[in-house]
Amino acid sequence: MALLQLSEPGQTAAPHQRRLAAGIDLGTTNSLVATVRSGNAETLPDPEGRHLLPSVVRYTEAGIIVGDEAKARAIDDPLNTILSVKRMVGRGLEDIKSLGGRLPYSYKQEQTTVPRIHTVAGDVSAVEVSAEILKALAIRAEETLEGDLEGVVITVPAHFDDAQRQATKDAARVAGLKVMRLLNEPTAAAVAYGLDSGSSGVHAIYDLGGGTFDISILRLNRGVFEVLSTGGNSALGGDDLDRVVAEWIMRQAGISDDAGHSLLRQLMHDACAAKEALTRTAVTELDVDLGNGARWQGLLTREQFNELVDPLIRKTLAPCRRALRDANLSREEIEDVVMVGGSTRVPRVRDLVGEFFQTPPLVEIDPDRVVAVGAAIQADILVGNKSDEEILLLDVNPLSLGIETMGGLVEKIIPRNTPIPVARAQEFTTFKDGQTAMAVHVLQGERELVTDNRSLARFELREIPPMVAGAARIQVTFAVDADGLLSVEAMEQSSGARASIEVKPSYGLTDGEIETMLRESFEHAREDVEVRRLREVQVEARRVIEALGAALSEDGDRLLDAAERKQVESALAELEAIAEDRDHHVIRKGMESLEKVCEFYVERRMNASVSQAMSGHKVDEFE
Amino acid sequence: MSITLTESAANHVLKFMEGRGTGLGIRLGVRTSGCSGMAYVLEFADESEADDVIFEDHGVKVLVDPKSMLYLDGTELDFTREGLNEGFKFNNPNVKDACGCGESFNV
Repeated sequence: MALLQLSEPGQTAAPHQRRLAAGIDLGTTNSLVATVRSGNAETLPDPEGRHLLPSVVRYTEAGIIVGDEAKARAIDDPLNTILSVKRMVGRGLEDIKSLGGRLPYSYKQEQTTVPRIHTVAGDVSAVEVSAEILKALAIRAEETLEGDLEGVVITVPAHFDDAQRQATKDAARVAGLKVMRLLNEPTAAAVAYGLDSGSSGVHAIYDLGGGTFDISILRLNRGVFEVLSTGGNSALGGDDLDRVVAEWIMRQAGISDDAGHSLLRQLMHDACAAKEALTRTAVTELDVDLGNGARWQGLLTREQFNELVDPLIRKTLAPCRRALRDANLSREEIEDVVMVGGSTRVPRVRDLVGEFFQTPPLVEIDPDRVVAVGAAIQADILVGNKSDEEILLLDVNPLSLGIETMGGLVEKIIPRNTPIPVARAQEFTTFKDGQTAMAVHVLQGERELVTDNRSLARFELREIPPMVAGAARIQVTFAVDADGLLSVEAMEQSSGARASIEVKPSYGLTDGEIETMLRESFEHAREDVEVRRLREVQVEARRVIEALGAALSEDGDRLLDAAERKQVESALAELEAIAEDRDHHVIRKGMESLEKVCEFYVERRMNASVSQAMSGHKVDEFE
Repeated sequence: MSITLTESAANHVLKFMEGRGTGLGIRLGVRTSGCSGMAYVLEFADESEADDVIFEDHGVKVLVDPKSMLYLDGTELDFTREGLNEGFKFNNPNVKDACGCGESFNV
């Protein structure tokens, strides 16, 4: 008979109506799936008892293999075995190439911006590769729970941008899964520890994985986690700890740097084993097979190990310091530090991190599984297995969203850290007389200039009825759904002409750029304001030139004699000459003097239009 | 009248209750629904009702409403693993036949 799970009071589902949900940690190196059974969130093992699924997909002519079996062939079949696909998700080919020699695949550049990897089983995109990993995890969950998954929650790094989030969602769709929500990884870790049950507080999530390091500062405020700041190092992780231990063995055993590949790989393996042993014991024995029958034996103590890895661990503290500074917080204000990632099992890591934040870090939940566990708890709530009183955890928009306005400036429509889902509208107008189309350029980032922000999408609103500049009312609505994905609509109010876009992301940022985006906005705050002031004046000057030119061609001949016209035109030329000046004072002065010169002309135009309006009417009609 | 728990079931209930942090015990029951007549209810219990029959076995409080008791008397609650799945199982001597899935039953 079917096995039953304990439900919350009054929440027992009717037979065959059980709502099954899972949380998925789609990682760079390993992935996990977790679910809540009998009120208990746990990761699910495969039939061999392995919880971690290596995020490796191998394409063969006979079929697709995912996980340990694929990973085992990564060395002898590198072109068809895709590792670390998460680094490629939502990225363009140029970004991927800049990731360096780590990714050996042969790419095909198609007309689209999505790069495809060439394998024996055909060309595949990063989205399709990710979908295979998700499929394998979903099958594991469905076999375990003996039913179809109604929905999943998938975790993504806090610094993932819209393009990467959209690509992750696409991968789930390809895998046939319904994504109830994408959840930030640090937020998931905080949820796993129940930090969301408090009313407020600031928490640090320290995530040291196999190859990457991330630090996130979260603030809980009325049930909403805000990402205050993020930082990290995308090329620092447990593998680097192994490397320094391997190098130590080489020095001890007198192995030269040009040793063969297989020996080096063996050393990395031994180093990793020693590192793991030293999390439990104070000293470990090493017995290295040097090939050709020779062996090297030695002891490595925890003290020696600590000395070796100390510089690496201290390298993680600089981003922590920076993240605190970005969030405008001191170390004492951090209430809890959550440890995520297998490398946080190293006692020295825990010690130094605890020392830095002046609080013992939270380590009770397996650091490899904590993100998946948090995702499972969230999935269980979203699918409706909890009573209604449970607060639904909200997320926030990590970077501001806005559109380009005249002068290459960005008008922010949804500021960063706004709880999502959210919809905001703002009105814009036309710049030129008779303008019938408007380009909407959607941007993401904190800076004032378009060029310093990330371009997400462009579209055009057409069929604006011809009107004088500034008369059209165009409402632009930004809506961000619960997954942080954006749709933008522009509508001209009088005619109802509309155009919209689901963000079709233009891939274009490298890892480092995303991570530094926030920091730059703080560093450049002052000069950004200066630039904005200058650009606004430049736009204003151009508008004045435009309007005066239009007026002159309309009634200049009628209202001005030749000398007057020359006077106005030369003043106009003067402003034109300085309209692009770098000093906003100069431009403003130029506008003021033009205004003075044109005073009489403006007056005459006004009188003319008044008398035109009155002609044919009797004076008493106006009284 | 009795309802019992195997040691494995009791240990898991205690573990789940500890993880949940609160609760009086568990509630067992039946209700009409499903493909073959009756379906089991298995929930955490935060409060008892006036008419509840209450048992205690292996340190776990088991609450059952009197009507359900007619269908559950003699039941042993077990916790087992079947393939990848694991969960609770009602060994109910009153059951004549169950639907293929075992989620509902007849007495």
